[in-house]
Amino acid sequence: MIRFDNVGLRYGLGPEILRDLTFGIDGHSFQFLTGPSGAGKTSLLRMMFLSLRPTRGLITLFDQDAATLSKDGRATLRRRIGIVFQDFRLLDHMTTYENVALPLRVLGKEEAQYRAEVVELLQWVGLGECMGALPPILSGGEKQRAAIARAVIARPQILLADEPTGNVDPNLGQRLLRLFVELNKTGTAVVIATHDIALMDEFDARRLVLHEGRLHVYD
Amino acid sequence: MSMTEPIETMAEPWDHLDAPPVPARAPHAGASIIPKSSLAGRSLAAVVAIMTFLASLTTGAVMLVIGAASDWQSDVAREVTIQVRPVPGRNVEADVSKAIAIARAAPGIAAARAYTKEESARLVEPWLGGGLSLDELPIPRLIVVKLFPGAKPDFAAVRTALAAQVPAASLDDHRRWIDRMRTMAGTAAAAGIAVFALVLAATVLSVTFATRGAIATNRPIIEVLHYVGATDGFVGGQFQRHFLMLGFKGAALGGGTAILLFGVAEAANTWLTGTPGGDEVAALIGTISIGVAGYLAILALIVFMALVTALASRHTVNRTLEIID
Repeated sequence: MIRFDNVGLRYGLGPEILRDLTFGIDGHSFQFLTGPSGAGKTSLLRMMFLSLRPTRGLITLFDQDAATLSKDGRATLRRRIGIVFQDFRLLDHMTTYENVALPLRVLGKEEAQYRAEVVELLQWVGLGECMGALPPILSGGEKQRAAIARAVIARPQILLADEPTGNVDPNLGQRLLRLFVELNKTGTAVVIATHDIALMDEFDARRLVLHEGRLHVYD
Repeated sequence: MSMTEPIETMAEPWDHLDAPPVPARAPHAGASIIPKSSLAGRSLAAVVAIMTFLASLTTGAVMLVIGAASDWQSDVAREVTIQVRPVPGRNVEADVSKAIAIARAAPGIAAARAYTKEESARLVEPWLGGGLSLDELPIPRLIVVKLFPGAKPDFAAVRTALAAQVPAASLDDHRRWIDRMRTMAGTAAAAGIAVFALVLAATVLSVTFATRGAIATNRPIIEVLHYVGATDGFVGGQFQRHFLMLGFKGAALGGGTAILLFGVAEAANTWLTGTPGGDEVAALIGTISIGVAGYLAILALIVFMALVTALASRHTVNRTLEIID
């Protein structure tokens, strides 16, 4: 699904912060991406999401060479990838329902086509009572669940989550992990970037560990 | 892959994978992707309104100046003067009548009329005082010759005829005055156009920068749209439509106020016609009317400003997307 071959990344003229990354993310798989703060987890996720270009190497997404994609081609490919940010990135002027429905609006779908689907997903993530609420009045956990729902509403084939439990307490972190596991059971490949070892210990999954610019894979 | 016990035993609302039925009154995705009302948006609309108002005023004022300058020039050009000097041994009255006849015979002449002795006396009164008897002074007699609008009579032929039949007469076609008027009118028009160009440039620049500022506050929206898979065309289109409407509202307010102002001035000018003040204003700048062309120019300015706002927003969004991508 995603393949990195000898990928390297440097910012400007600085040193190479990621070196010789060679790994793959298979469909339906579940993995943690971990490493100390500043190891390059977010940069790696951004490269997987096509919002950052490597300085060398080959990235293949869904059998397409990322370097040869047009801007619209990248946008189209991005629709097959869901992303969840640590800071949620919900739009404050839209209700929870509208935030979650946004990817479908972007796809040009009419509301009548997706209303039931969005409501069903919101109820599934436990936000059935908050559909009309604006993000500023939601709790941290509710915001993160809304962000996850937005990331998966368009049925992406892979879900990337950047420190999704970084802004919630450990108990809620475990519950969110459960949500990711359930999503994975429905067929979505999941990559969770985290440095929370306790969270990773809760679930036996493949680990991609970034250390001093190199990636070590523990299947 | 297996779930560990603590998580498995947690009971959470989202455990129900068989979702309950959709409520009859589900919420609607009615909200605009870009907030309709924001402080930055209102500020931008205010900037567009103020700048469009000023640009509209400049447009109207420049059209008034150009119109007035053109009127002065054509007024002067529509008249020539024949001067008949009193010469010993010749009958001035007979010469005046003969000169009038020559003038009237030329093509393009609408009317020719001699100043009476009383009118001539009034002309020199400021310098020589009143109560003069022109019979005692060699004051030339003037004949005002009015031309048809746009006519270009053969002044050379008139001069030749006058020289042959009325040697004491000379024709003044006001060429020096017309040249000076033409220069003045051209200068006024050029200055007006330069001022208009400057105001327009300032308007475009300030609206462009205000739009950039308003877009900057919307950067999180651009990022989110980008991350959920929106194409650049979709994102740019959303902002362009939003800012086109915002710019149009501001421009319509500013331009509309200017149109109202010119309308009121035109009406006031009509009401004041005949009063001493109104006549003074009319003598100086003609009628305060920018005409249909002026109003159309302001309407075009409104559309132009809305387009400038929309295009500036699209350009800024594209640049932001390039930075994000």
